[in-house]
Amino acid sequence: MAALSIRALSKRYANLEVLKGIDLDIESGEFTVLVGPSGCGKSTLLNIVAGLDRASDGTIEIGGRIVNDVPPKDRDIAMVFQSYALYPSMTVRQNITFGMECRGVAKAEQEKALANVARLLQIEPLLGRKPSQLSGGQRQRVAMGRALVRDPLLFLFDEPLSNLDAKLRVEMRMEIKRLHQRIGATIVYVTHDQIEAMTMATRIAVMHRGVVQQFADPDTVYRYPANLFVARFMGSPPMNTMPARLEADSNGPVVVIGSGRPDEVRLRLQGYDAAASYVGRDVVLGIRPECIAEGDRVFSGAVGPPVMVTAPVELVEPTGAETIVLLRLGGEPAQARISPDIRPTPGTTASFALDIRRICLFDPETERLIA
Amino acid sequence: MTDVASTATRPGRSATSEMVRRLPEFLVIWVPLLLSAAHLISFSIWTIWISFTPSTLIPVTGWVGLRNYNSVLASRNWQIAFDNLLLFGIAFVLLSLTTGLLLAILLDQRIRGENVLRTIFLYPLAVSFVVTGTVWSWLLNPGIGIEKLAHDLGWTSFHFDWLVNRDMAIWTIVIAAIWQSSGFAMALFLAGLRSVDSDIIKAAQIDGAGPVRTYWRVILPTLWPITVTVIVVQLQFAISAFDLVRALTNGGPGIATQLPALVVYDLMFQRSQLGRGAAAAVLMLLILLAVLLPYAAWRYVRQRRAAHA
Repeated sequence: MAALSIRALSKRYANLEVLKGIDLDIESGEFTVLVGPSGCGKSTLLNIVAGLDRASDGTIEIGGRIVNDVPPKDRDIAMVFQSYALYPSMTVRQNITFGMECRGVAKAEQEKALANVARLLQIEPLLGRKPSQLSGGQRQRVAMGRALVRDPLLFLFDEPLSNLDAKLRVEMRMEIKRLHQRIGATIVYVTHDQIEAMTMATRIAVMHRGVVQQFADPDTVYRYPANLFVARFMGSPPMNTMPARLEADSNGPVVVIGSGRPDEVRLRLQGYDAAASYVGRDVVLGIRPECIAEGDRVFSGAVGPPVMVTAPVELVEPTGAETIVLLRLGGEPAQARISPDIRPTPGTTASFALDIRRICLFDPETERLIA
Repeated sequence: MTDVASTATRPGRSATSEMVRRLPEFLVIWVPLLLSAAHLISFSIWTIWISFTPSTLIPVTGWVGLRNYNSVLASRNWQIAFDNLLLFGIAFVLLSLTTGLLLAILLDQRIRGENVLRTIFLYPLAVSFVVTGTVWSWLLNPGIGIEKLAHDLGWTSFHFDWLVNRDMAIWTIVIAAIWQSSGFAMALFLAGLRSVDSDIIKAAQIDGAGPVRTYWRVILPTLWPITVTVIVVQLQFAISAFDLVRALTNGGPGIATQLPALVVYDLMFQRSQLGRGAAAAVLMLLILLAVLLPYAAWRYVRQRRAAHA
């Protein structure tokens, strides 16, 4: 059963169209992350799903029921806000039970639900405290407790981790993921952080300018980005994209970077049948930084020797876990992720192994993925 | 601070030009501060001293101990003034607080013309108390004000004579004072309401709290620091109220609306009893301190607690 169906949803403010015909079907038990740069409409979409904002057009179905005109409290949802939005004058206990109190749940039942959630989130010692006496991570936990205690059809998270420091953010990320695995809830999670999206989601909806660019599982989004925006948005460092030309000889298609230059790079492609009609035309080539590695790297699952290129090294950024190298492929800048202990000297050339099985080709006009 | 420090260390600047540059700061901050502090402290001490002397028309030296205090405290004038102050202070503070809060909540509903209404409600604050008192003394005067208007419109049985009624006259002061200052409470409360995180209200909406419950349980509890401030400011006004009462009822009918400040004025300038007047003034100061000292302590504790958290 679809827990949430969004059909042809749009939202206009005067002359500004912030959501343009959104269609999403979210299955029960899925962890869907809406990700995109700020201003892409993801938070507006979440607010419309919650009933805190109205859609200009289209329908929203939660649990098979059209809820366009249903007030937030009757939508069977719970929401976790970026600012936590804890009631400052209430204790943690009151914060968690306030919703049940509003719905007239019996006291004994409230206590039971509270005890369950407090145990699940390990916030029992905090129940008597006020939000101002809690740390950021504890507030986050209480905010989740307030949502969990309701046991709703749909959990909505609005950038819940962006107010936490980096270390705590990673911890809470894992905790939310573990929580999802344990209780199997349906979650719609909004973030601008593509790492949060990749690590937590079972499906990612990448949004840009009020349009869902791609809605797929994280591996697909990463491996086969639907267009150049998704390719450049997901991944850190992002996918290298560069103009190239598709040619063909008797052995099949060859993609050429920096065609006609003395240092042009020719890469023979296999299994890119969908690109056949682009032979003889310009394309945009995309290659992930981890598909460019030091010369003696063996890529997992590769058959035969890797494709080798010699390229000038411009800049070296050691991060500890790996070395990021800025190099030039046929004159075009590209980033490579190589082993941490290898530090090529900037200004020299070095040889790199390419995993050309994972090259993406995009149409330069429509920016869509070709193959 | 950093600005001052950086200019002070800039080379090629003599100490004299530095002093010239900072002269305006001294003139606008220190001179008025020292003058007003000197006035406040020296005249307070002088008044306290006078209150222990047998001064009548002019200040004289001598020591009479607490005689002036005893005689003021025993006088019927002061007793009525003190009872009135209790009634006026409590009624005025509570009513202006609730009126201001109600206006603020109504204005907070994203209504049209909010700016105009806000200005209208706040405007009485810009009017002097003497003007407020005079206008309300006309309005409430049965011969020329509201009662006359109702009679002229044909409602001849209408009766509204609080201004000349010994038991009700104090309430006319309450009405005028509320008219004057509930806009002030409204402005502070409105600022408080506007500073509530909108996510909290959304969370309450999702939790299923209606507007009444949202205000009562979620929003209003966040306003209590503002409430305390409003109460203290209004109490201060109530305790030292003089011009409003003088213009509106002048303590009358008889001494029915006597207030401490009027007693002080009466003793000092009408009956030429400087010593007793000073004693009454010191008593007023003590009442004021009874309000301000707990407030200062409360603020201190709150700041300490905020610094710890």
